[in-house]
Amino acid sequence: MLLAFAVVAFALAYVLFIATIPPLSGGGSWRTTTFGSAVHDPSSFLKIVLDSITFAAALFIVASGFALIFGLMRVVNMAHGSFYLLAGYIAYEIQQAMTGQGFSLQSSDVNTWEWLVPLVVAAPCIAVIGLVTQQAFLRWNQGQELRQALITIAISVIVADQIIAHFPRNVSQGQRFGGNAVDLTWPGWTDRFVNLHVGGVQYSLARLVMLGIGVTVGVGLWLWLYRTKTGMVIRAGVDDEQMTQALGINIQRTFTIAFVVGSALAALGATVWASQSNITSGQDGVWLLNSLVVVIVGGMGSIFGAAAGAILFAFVSNFGASYLPTSGTDCCTQYSSILTFVLIALVLAFRPRGLFGRDA
Amino acid sequence: MSPAGWTRRQQLERALAAGALVLVAVWPATGFSSYWTHQILIETFVFGIIASSLIFLSAYGGMVSLAQTALGGIAGIVLGNLATHGGPGGTSKGLHLGWNPTLALVAALVLTTAIGLLGGAVASRSAGIYFLMITLTYSVIATYTLGQVTKISGFSGIGGINRYTPGWIGDVLAHPNRLYYVAFAVTLAVYALIRYIVRTPFGLTLQGIRDEPIRMSSLGYHVPLHRTLAFGFAAFLAALGGVLYAWWSGQVAPGDVDLPQTINLLVMAVIGGLVRIEGAWIGAFVFILMQTYITSNTHIPLLGFGGTLFGGSFNTIVGIIFLLIVLVSPDGLMGIWRRLFETRYLARWKRQAPAAEPAR
Repeated sequence: MLLAFAVVAFALAYVLFIATIPPLSGGGSWRTTTFGSAVHDPSSFLKIVLDSITFAAALFIVASGFALIFGLMRVVNMAHGSFYLLAGYIAYEIQQAMTGQGFSLQSSDVNTWEWLVPLVVAAPCIAVIGLVTQQAFLRWNQGQELRQALITIAISVIVADQIIAHFPRNVSQGQRFGGNAVDLTWPGWTDRFVNLHVGGVQYSLARLVMLGIGVTVGVGLWLWLYRTKTGMVIRAGVDDEQMTQALGINIQRTFTIAFVVGSALAALGATVWASQSNITSGQDGVWLLNSLVVVIVGGMGSIFGAAAGAILFAFVSNFGASYLPTSGTDCCTQYSSILTFVLIALVLAFRPRGLFGRDA
Repeated sequence: MSPAGWTRRQQLERALAAGALVLVAVWPATGFSSYWTHQILIETFVFGIIASSLIFLSAYGGMVSLAQTALGGIAGIVLGNLATHGGPGGTSKGLHLGWNPTLALVAALVLTTAIGLLGGAVASRSAGIYFLMITLTYSVIATYTLGQVTKISGFSGIGGINRYTPGWIGDVLAHPNRLYYVAFAVTLAVYALIRYIVRTPFGLTLQGIRDEPIRMSSLGYHVPLHRTLAFGFAAFLAALGGVLYAWWSGQVAPGDVDLPQTINLLVMAVIGGLVRIEGAWIGAFVFILMQTYITSNTHIPLLGFGGTLFGGSFNTIVGIIFLLIVLVSPDGLMGIWRRLFETRYLARWKRQAPAAEPAR
């Protein structure tokens, strides 16, 4: 317990006070980092905080879908990452078809509709695939958690391989297919920097829009789960599936709704993050890992858990990449992925079901 | 017990097993196919050993671990760092510590077991589906860490390990038969060791924990400790497989432990069946045969598709086979074998058998 607090306290103190920028002469000590401490370089610090929060928004959108499915049905949807990837490519193809500009699409050539329509088409596509998966393969295995996880792994293998075989279709130059990296483009009006009037920070409007979408999804999910009848049934199903069923509620219908919404959230998150970053084969594994970490850290079956997990994971990964010592060529930012393990270990040591998790 | 006291199924199984063992033992001497000796069979031994650690955890501990591939890879990387020499004619990557190979072998096994104990301790308060999720994150974290940390591995990994084997094996390329018999011997030893462990008080307690963790806990058994030890033991087995893999293939890279490889190992274990240790090698053998002989030029006589299905690669076929196995027989080939003896035609044999077979 004490050790855990010591680790967290040291990490905070390191970022806030101890870290220094590298000396001009090269070299450095254990205190040397890329940016220097928050006290010395507040605007870099603030930028990384904003990067973390906006990344957390994208994480939350994808992982809340995973958490919704897992919390209600105890289905670990291992194909969540593949759904994410497929949604990204579908949205990309539609944007390409709408703009007809080819691979090097400028943000100024994209209007709001040319970003929204791909999103509005990709989400139902993935929702339908989720629906088929749930109805055809998972429904009749209800309660067999391992078997369902294996089924979704099989589906993810097939989907990932088919993506490599068929996407991207629309590339003006370079290689078609093969799951090559492509990126969606934000609409033109987001392509500027906003002066936040805090420490002179200029910040990308697109990332702030992403944050806004994340918050909207969070609020929307909260209203849906806590202020509507369907949401009430879902929460009852999370707590006690059999009792809910015994009260005459068609739990199968609720399961289907949750799976469809969860898959659609993967598609929404894919469209958003593919506009910010890019989409390429192999990211299905990345986003499956992201969703898993968020849900393991935050706890199963709660949107607050997903939000807390997303924020913690985003902060740990962004700060790890920015504030680990950079003394010498080999140390230490390369080790940032180990911090994810440290985060999981610290949380699970005290809360085996995650921060907001309850015993099932 | 004499053969007469065995059930008909046991008689048949043991006869088949003895036949297979004799065939495998004399295979290199027969000189039928050195490709089979040095590729398919050695690979079957190696992946069977790693898969057996997965099946051990699943069948006797109720924990499905996706970290076994990563643990095997870690053992290989440790071995590569310790045993290889740098300089002219040496390998390009790694620390080149140039230890005595036998010492490096022991160090790789010990270190991997220690990592397994650490990872097991973090995950030990979880079981079943949670355990699967946590170990999957281990596997992905290991892949990223190995890929990013250029000092110990880097993206391309460590090569040339096959030249730094202990003297009693010699250069693997010069004496491939020696490695064949070493891998065969390790396979037999691992099988015997697992069969022994599950009969010890520790193994029996582990099976109690698999079935009734809360009851075992109230009887005074330390449930997380037993799970941690089981995971450490499985890490040791995976390390054995990983070391053999490093010697056999000569190189270990992050690509050997990434998500597709992790899933491949799971597919082997599931094809064999997650319920019996024997399934590990049967599953590995079947998988490797498919991987070797289903290529884009293959035409399977009755099914007709030529390697590529819907334009996909081998992975689409693996995914579909995996899906079929999980849907039709979740306990894999071993489950199909078991059910063969429960059909009406064989019920007669069962009635003649002196006693019901003891539970595993």
